[in-house]
Amino acid sequence: MFSNKTTEQIKLETRPSSVGANSFYNNPKYRGWIYQSLLLVFLVSFFYTIVSNTLDNMAAQGIKSGFSFLNTSAGFDVLMSLLPFETTDSYLKIFTIGILNTILVSVVGIIFATILGFIFGIAYFSNNYLIRKISIIYVEIFRNIPVILQVIFWYTIFNALPIARESLNIGDSIFLNVTGLYIPQLVGESGSGFVYGAMVAAIISIFIMKRWVTKRQEATGEQFPVLWSSLALLIGLPLLALLVSGVPFHLDYPSLQGFNFRGGTTIIPEFMALAVALSIYTGAFIAEAVRAGIQSVPQGQTEAARSIGLKESKIMTLIIVPQAMRVITPMLNSEYQSLVKNTTIATAIGYPELFTVFAGSALNQVGQAVEIMFMTLAIYFALNMTISFVMNSFNKRTELTTR
Amino acid sequence: MKMKNITMTLAAVGLAFSAQSVFAGSTLDSVKKKDVVSCGVSTGLAGFSQKDEKGKWSGLDVDVCRSVAAAVLGDASKVQYKPLTAKERFLALQSGEIDILSRNTTWTHTRDTSLGLNFAGVIYYDGAGFMVNKKLGVKSATELNGANACIQAGTSTELAIADYFRENKMKYKAITFDTADQTRSGFESGRCDFLVSDQSQLYALRIGLKDPSGAIVLPEVISKEPLGPVVRQNDDEWFNVVKWVVNASIEGEFQGVTSANATDLKANGKPGQKRLLGSEGDLGDKLGLPADWAYQAIKQVGNYSESFERNVGQDSPLKIARGLNAQWNKGGILYSPAMR
Repeated sequence: MFSNKTTEQIKLETRPSSVGANSFYNNPKYRGWIYQSLLLVFLVSFFYTIVSNTLDNMAAQGIKSGFSFLNTSAGFDVLMSLLPFETTDSYLKIFTIGILNTILVSVVGIIFATILGFIFGIAYFSNNYLIRKISIIYVEIFRNIPVILQVIFWYTIFNALPIARESLNIGDSIFLNVTGLYIPQLVGESGSGFVYGAMVAAIISIFIMKRWVTKRQEATGEQFPVLWSSLALLIGLPLLALLVSGVPFHLDYPSLQGFNFRGGTTIIPEFMALAVALSIYTGAFIAEAVRAGIQSVPQGQTEAARSIGLKESKIMTLIIVPQAMRVITPMLNSEYQSLVKNTTIATAIGYPELFTVFAGSALNQVGQAVEIMFMTLAIYFALNMTISFVMNSFNKRTELTTR
Repeated sequence: MKMKNITMTLAAVGLAFSAQSVFAGSTLDSVKKKDVVSCGVSTGLAGFSQKDEKGKWSGLDVDVCRSVAAAVLGDASKVQYKPLTAKERFLALQSGEIDILSRNTTWTHTRDTSLGLNFAGVIYYDGAGFMVNKKLGVKSATELNGANACIQAGTSTELAIADYFRENKMKYKAITFDTADQTRSGFESGRCDFLVSDQSQLYALRIGLKDPSGAIVLPEVISKEPLGPVVRQNDDEWFNVVKWVVNASIEGEFQGVTSANATDLKANGKPGQKRLLGSEGDLGDKLGLPADWAYQAIKQVGNYSESFERNVGQDSPLKIARGLNAQWNKGGILYSPAMR
């Protein structure tokens, strides 16, 4: 009977540590689950205690809580709103307006910062001494001054403009004064939809053309002037539609009535100061990111491109920048996020974005700091997560494909 | 073993977070213990709370804190000032960072009932008004349709102006700033056509202009703005102290007690004066303060009239008339409850 077992088997059975080797808490899978759920219980109870304790303390101090204030009338005016707004509108409306104003200045800032960043980042590699130096000076100056000072600096500049009655005037249609920039507004009449349709058609046909050109070039090697044909389409089609439909537009000119200009579109100085300052400041960082990206592309790539006879301008756009994008994109992501966060500096000059108007004025009138701060935090979090998501998917596309 | 450790840690963390309110202790005790009154004031407003070149604070709001320090600690200089913007002020008080908020703060229903705070009286009856550039040729607020307004963010004025323009079917654009100084520079640069604020502030801001005579304050007063000190709710002891220190200064003027004659009247005054100054009765004891609480406050800071004239009245650059802020028997509405 005994002889049936090998020595190993006997050892295994009698070894003390082997007791319970198959019990469930020694199973790595179950063990993992136990630790994970313990952590979850801990986290939930942690946040539950914080939240309930805060609520208890607030109740004990007689501070009102809850979100019912969102539906009550705010009763104060907001300087700039993308939606129609009355002082009788609710705090929820103020919240929405704040978000939209934040998004507006962020988008404008991101666009111009990217343009500036790429121009100055590429200019660093120019063969022209002056252009190269200008690029370095731009980066060093604007990167090294606190952004709040830059915002206040630009606001001071806009505040030094003449008063409304002595506006700078360009052809009686564009006015610039201390209260803002007034430009004519294009107002569509009936039939204007035709022109907008032509614009959309132009954009779609550009995409189709782009695909056809790429295919043809891959197949035959023949090139096609994409840029010029795109421009021709973009201008030509709507222009044609405009003539055919008999120009269904008129311009609404701003004019001085009483204290202020009425009509046209107004761009307030607070917006201009914030957008200019953030674009220039973030642009300096993006320029550095672009420089780093370009420098990460080995010199051999340029030499190889030259050896196959590409023009210098083509080397940049076809060989260097696409490869540099792999380094630039992750850095762009964090610069864009910084820009969104930096919009809160608006509170120093009174541009009515989310932080100023909701976590500022509204918070002060209502006094419910916990709820309002929570809502504000959630929005900035969501905005930056969106940027991250977009940039990460873009990053995936530009990533080096390894097989 | 491991399981037990985690449970223990959990329990400890749980205990730490369920610990009750940090404000359970009384403010009076903590003020006596730290031997200083923490006082929230403005970031600089002539006549109410402003700092001179030497870093010394003065003003009508500052005098409230100094009176409280004199009454509680026997020394008007034992005040620690915390300059706050309009937006920060209530949070600073709720969180316990300051003991009194004395920062030209309007007593409103919402603030009194939903912020967990109490208003301990009124030290200045104010109302919102307008300041315009003389060049505009505006004589009345009803001519301001379509104009830009400079306003301080988070003030009751922000609401008052919206009501006024809606009532009169006029439009305006609100340009809101964090501090009073910013509203003034906005007004000076022409970013806004008029500045709206409490009347007292308008006079204070006007002196700060490069050309004070170039601006006028319009006659309209569009709202009620009773300004007073604020304390935390649920601390009646401290609430009583601040309330009665304010009353003592008003009662002091009514009874003719000044910083100059307080010592004399304490010994030889009428019964009412003696009771106020602590040589008769036990008013101080009932507040948990020394018997000479009001004596110290009036001796070191002065009665309401002295404080008013020195900071905003005839002895100050503001030259504001007493108006509503005179005693009830002299055409105003100042009236202290009975000191007995």
